[in-house]
Amino acid sequence: MEILDVARWQFGITTVYHFLMVPLTIGLALLVAIMQTIWHRTGDPKYLAMTKFWGKLMLINFAMGVVTGIVQEFQFGMNWSAYSRFVGDVFGAPLAMEGLVAFFVESTFLGLWIFGWDRVSKRVHLASIWAAALATVASAYFILAANSWMQHPVGVEIGPDGDPQLNSIWALLTNSTVLAAFPHTLAGSLAVAGTVLIGISAWHLARRHRHSPVDDPDRQVWHTSLRFGGWVGVAAFAAVAVSGDFQAKLMFDQQPMKMAAAEALCESEEPAGFSIFAIGDLSDPHCGNVSSVTVPALLSFLAEGDFESEVQGIEELVPAYQEKYGSHYPVDERLGELSGMPIDYVPSLPVTYWGFRLMIGFGVVAALGAAAGLWLTRGGRLPKGRWFAPVALASIATPFLANSFGWIFTEMGRQPFVVVPNPTGVDGVFMYTASAVSPGVSLGEALFSLVALTLVYAALAVVELFLLIKYARAGVEGVMRPPWQDPPADSDEGSTEPEKKDPDVLAFAY
Amino acid sequence: MDLPTFWFLLIAVLWLGYFFLEGFDFGVGMLLGLGTKDERERRVLINTIGPIWDGNEVWVIVAIGATFAAFPDWYASLLSGAYLPVLFVLLALIGRGVAFEYRGKVDSARWRRNWDRVIAIGSWVPPLGWGFIITATVTGLPIDINGDLRGGPIDLIRPETVLGALALAGFSLLHGAVFLALKTDGDIRWRMQRFATRYGALLLLPGAGLLWSVQIGQGSTWTAAVAGIATLASVAALLLVRRGQVGRSFALLGVMLASVLVVLFGSLYPNVMPSTIDPLFDLTVAGAASSPYTLTVMSWVAAFGTPAVLLYQGWTYWVFRRRISTAQIPPVRVP
Repeated sequence: MEILDVARWQFGITTVYHFLMVPLTIGLALLVAIMQTIWHRTGDPKYLAMTKFWGKLMLINFAMGVVTGIVQEFQFGMNWSAYSRFVGDVFGAPLAMEGLVAFFVESTFLGLWIFGWDRVSKRVHLASIWAAALATVASAYFILAANSWMQHPVGVEIGPDGDPQLNSIWALLTNSTVLAAFPHTLAGSLAVAGTVLIGISAWHLARRHRHSPVDDPDRQVWHTSLRFGGWVGVAAFAAVAVSGDFQAKLMFDQQPMKMAAAEALCESEEPAGFSIFAIGDLSDPHCGNVSSVTVPALLSFLAEGDFESEVQGIEELVPAYQEKYGSHYPVDERLGELSGMPIDYVPSLPVTYWGFRLMIGFGVVAALGAAAGLWLTRGGRLPKGRWFAPVALASIATPFLANSFGWIFTEMGRQPFVVVPNPTGVDGVFMYTASAVSPGVSLGEALFSLVALTLVYAALAVVELFLLIKYARAGVEGVMRPPWQDPPADSDEGSTEPEKKDPDVLAFAY
Repeated sequence: MDLPTFWFLLIAVLWLGYFFLEGFDFGVGMLLGLGTKDERERRVLINTIGPIWDGNEVWVIVAIGATFAAFPDWYASLLSGAYLPVLFVLLALIGRGVAFEYRGKVDSARWRRNWDRVIAIGSWVPPLGWGFIITATVTGLPIDINGDLRGGPIDLIRPETVLGALALAGFSLLHGAVFLALKTDGDIRWRMQRFATRYGALLLLPGAGLLWSVQIGQGSTWTAAVAGIATLASVAALLLVRRGQVGRSFALLGVMLASVLVVLFGSLYPNVMPSTIDPLFDLTVAGAASSPYTLTVMSWVAAFGTPAVLLYQGWTYWVFRRRISTAQIPPVRVP
């Protein structure tokens, strides 16, 4: 095993793990801000209960998102120091902006929101959840701008030392790739939050409210939450599909090899069909033995928006890449066994092909679930069958899986590059993953950190899941003291907590 | 002043902000295991920093991010060179961050005891690690012409780096005690004041040693003057805490910290990281800096961002300015 493999595994594990938490935080923070706004406008205690309940789940999850995110920022320097030196002039800027513009706002105002229920006015309190929620969105934008630059470098020239230098921050922030990736990711995050709302609400409705009257306050909380999640989910999935289509069209231009691999398309086709699933040996690098069940001409439409265009296949792309970017790795001891070897421009076909399909597949399943949830609860109804709650609970996993497979596809699909060359950009702005790892780090150190981080992540995943389930099961009573449904007339929200009557006791304390 | 020098200064300021702010909340975490009698007191301690520790931690995220943007070579050499210390700090910060949030979520003595351990470890390791890492960048690492570490992690362990680790941990512990004397009421308040009075000088001793060793090794006349300020400020801080003037003592500890960092970074300049192998391999401010364009863009972002951060973070400190005692802690309520 080489340090390159260890560093890649660590990056992959850290990123995918981090991205289990982040979409839920982004999505829930926005939805909680909306719930609190409705409560602020209407005074309906149902929305206060929703704010507190879903806010609690958001916070349990937020802690994990923060601590796994710290590792992300450091591992570029720890494991990928050659990469950091090469691209630091460009890549560091959006990262620093994310810290300065987004993280400070997010952490400060979230602290204010958690502890501020009785310390600031209701209006300021509402503003602080919005500040925190919008900062999570801004943070997603900056980090995606950094990632998009690796997928499609723009706004740079070659500096005096041969490394890329930023010459337009505007170009970097309005990179076509980030303009597509950002809405796609944001919609994916809202889809996650919507599905979580549906699943947990369905479980509460099925367990407690099979025979409750329509005006039971607790039933109303879950019914409203479910429908809220349903609408968010359906809208988010529509946005995911539209932005995903846009993104795919860009990718056919910017990273044709990634899309050819995603389709296991060996020979160029005109028009090209979209593969539903493939039979054969995908691990064969030249996919000679693969046959696909395809929808005729659909791939041409995905790529170019018409049903006739040619889509380039792997066999045609490989020689073009070799001619443009070289056929062999440079002879350099740092590259280990890859030194002087031919460069394989085809990313892992099983990973990209199935990653792409599983992303879309799980997304579609989740979308159907959200639509079904809306249909079954229309007009205050509850789903009759006993199958609905377990299915809704299980379907919580689907958008998480779709997100993870999406990232695996997009990151694995750009191999062997860490910075993918831009076909219309400046020559020489690209980097092979193999040349990006830290030369000064030993295999032992890298292995130790891979094992340590993975074990800690695994342990914390168990704890987080345990707490999320515990608080999700407890429902509104877990976060508010009954009878939360009718607060005294003279009170603001805080007085739903009896402790508040003593002005000295903190309304919220760890 | 040229842009690289400005960014060198700004990064020093970010570290100062981090060590000052998170310094005391690390201290509170350390004292959780040392200076509390029961569960209610532990909750008092945690709640003094509950609303703000996360915001404090962002200072280091921005310090590292700014280093990446402004001095990529420094970022790459430091983080890959000090690989294991950085990893231990990260593991500690991971545990600490979730521990605050999760500790009160289950009503069980064992659950809380375990998380208290995580908080204690998570509050000791980062100041030790950061003290070690920052001293390593000031006094140099065995880096070659490419900025890559030669030798192994053992080569980082030297008298100065160990002193740096102890210095920051000692400072954080004292700073935390003084902060608690300022933020709590009742029995804890007096106990913390007593703790600071009794052990303050001892806790600042490694810092004095570090200051002395850096000044002898790399300092100049003007850094000697600043080292003098640091000494005066620490003596005054210790005297004031003895007399119960805790607020002033807290501020003077800040002056001391700032002076020490000025000496450290001042004697480092114009390098960002010297090489202990050959002065030719030193990473310099000018050599490690990003292009003028990137630095200009980042300067504009910092020019608007930094004052805003100071304003709203300062305001949250004002919102949560009240002293906390065991009387204000609500009963435990978990599902």
